[in-house]
Amino acid sequence: MASHAPAASLPRARLNPVPMLLSAPALLLFIGLLLVPLALTAILSFSVYDSAMGVGEGHTIANYIAVLTDDYYHEIFTRTLLMSLAVTLFSVLLGVPEAIILSRMRSPWRAIFLVVILAPLLISVVVRTLGWAILMGNEGLINTALLGVGLIDSPLRLLYTMTGVTIALTHVLIPFMIISIWASLQKLDDSVENAGLSLGASRATVLRRVVLPQIMPGILSGGIIVFALAASAFATPAILGGRRLKVVATAAYDEFTGTLNWPLGAAIAVLLLVGMLVVILGSNRIIERRYAQVFEA
Amino acid sequence: MQKNGWLGLTFHTLFILFILAPLVVVVAVSFTSLGYISLPVDGLSLRWFEAILEQRQFIDAFLMSSWLAFVAASVAVVFAVPAALALARYRFPGRGALMAFFLSPLMIPHVVLGIAFLRFFNLAGLSGSFGWLSLTHVIVVFPYALRLTLASVIGLQRDAELAALSLGASPATVFRRIVLPLIVPGVAGGWMLAFIQSFDEVTMTIFVATPGTTTLPVAMYSYISQSIDPLVASLSTVLIVATLIVMFVMDRLVGLDRVLVGKG
Repeated sequence: MASHAPAASLPRARLNPVPMLLSAPALLLFIGLLLVPLALTAILSFSVYDSAMGVGEGHTIANYIAVLTDDYYHEIFTRTLLMSLAVTLFSVLLGVPEAIILSRMRSPWRAIFLVVILAPLLISVVVRTLGWAILMGNEGLINTALLGVGLIDSPLRLLYTMTGVTIALTHVLIPFMIISIWASLQKLDDSVENAGLSLGASRATVLRRVVLPQIMPGILSGGIIVFALAASAFATPAILGGRRLKVVATAAYDEFTGTLNWPLGAAIAVLLLVGMLVVILGSNRIIERRYAQVFEA
Repeated sequence: MQKNGWLGLTFHTLFILFILAPLVVVVAVSFTSLGYISLPVDGLSLRWFEAILEQRQFIDAFLMSSWLAFVAASVAVVFAVPAALALARYRFPGRGALMAFFLSPLMIPHVVLGIAFLRFFNLAGLSGSFGWLSLTHVIVVFPYALRLTLASVIGLQRDAELAALSLGASPATVFRRIVLPLIVPGVAGGWMLAFIQSFDEVTMTIFVATPGTTTLPVAMYSYISQSIDPLVASLSTVLIVATLIVMFVMDRLVGLDRVLVGKG
């Protein structure tokens, strides 16, 4: 997909004003409406909270100390971390086999099922979460079916539990895992697999020794995306977790709309953002170093 | 190519069931004739679809979301096309950083964006303004518009442009008569993806939407937090069908795999 013009013919003047002018409108918009608001939020997180005024005078790190030392917030951050790890794990366990199965399907089916799996990405997360809320209630379809078959004696508690949130969030985010693995499966050379088979390796060995190592970068980068999106998920944990089971995003929202402690809410948001960037950039770097040869290929 | 065994096909069937179950159940429930969440076992009814029309709040929110998504996607594309040309065709200092900056809204949690925009609006006294709300949506959907536009600019052969230039066409004419027509499918795909992302956005919008600028996902979220009844199911069904129609158009226009998997 490289440009057909040879690289040497690309304009390479150091101070060419044309690209600057072309990207200036978007750049100004991003500075004014992304960088400035984010900086204001960072400043807000160091502001003094005044229960009468909301935001008081002066600067302090009390908001960070409050979040970092309070067991209440520890619980919320730990819950978010465990939930994100669980969602990432399930996305790998379900996504890897499904992507491989998909890649082995015949022509029309392959494209059809790929669309079926990816299309939910375009449907509002509120709608998808509503579907799970309907399925998971005490008189919901899952419990009615399981009770009817006689697998369980009393309804499973899914709504307002982390189990339910994890299941639904896995459903919401697994398309990203499939996309990522799919991209690395496309680069796979069938003849290597066939060589392994013809040399007497079993299908399981070929999968383990030939296919999996090659799609590992796809699995890992998919894992990062799913983890990051799970850690910042709002609507699904808010609807299915209820008022009690807060995660970081819903806790920050409650600080802004419920208790109105904006500086504290801003501190939570900054911690979430920093944590996310550390995870994304850190693991990206590790993956790139570990799999440099795969990325360059 | 290896074939799938029965184990693989069983797994695949269960997986597809898992993917479709919540959507199918929403659609099924919306045809119930009863007053609460239930499957339409004794006959299909359209009463909950008629009920939508009596809920002024949802109609208003739908119109608000559509208009907002239209404005945000259009503005995003207008900004994205020149930026994509700069990023795809020139090597300049800071190019990589600029690209990362333009794609950064994908990496920033929407709840953080919501808080940042709320604080910004609060200090600048901009709350409740439709124009400024749509600009926040431009930021959120810009990476989608940029990526698809970028893919189509990179894929462009330059022969025709060079020919036109050598025949004396001005750069503006070359852009209008040659480049733009060639990248229109990519730009249109980017516009549609941006439209959908803006229409569906809930986490950021919930911070900055005011009673006068409530979008449909925000209205539905607020409604669902209070109670779940067949009304939101029928509303969701309308949304699912609308999304399927948009997907069909997008597939004809640019190819759905290109939009979804993101490979130019």
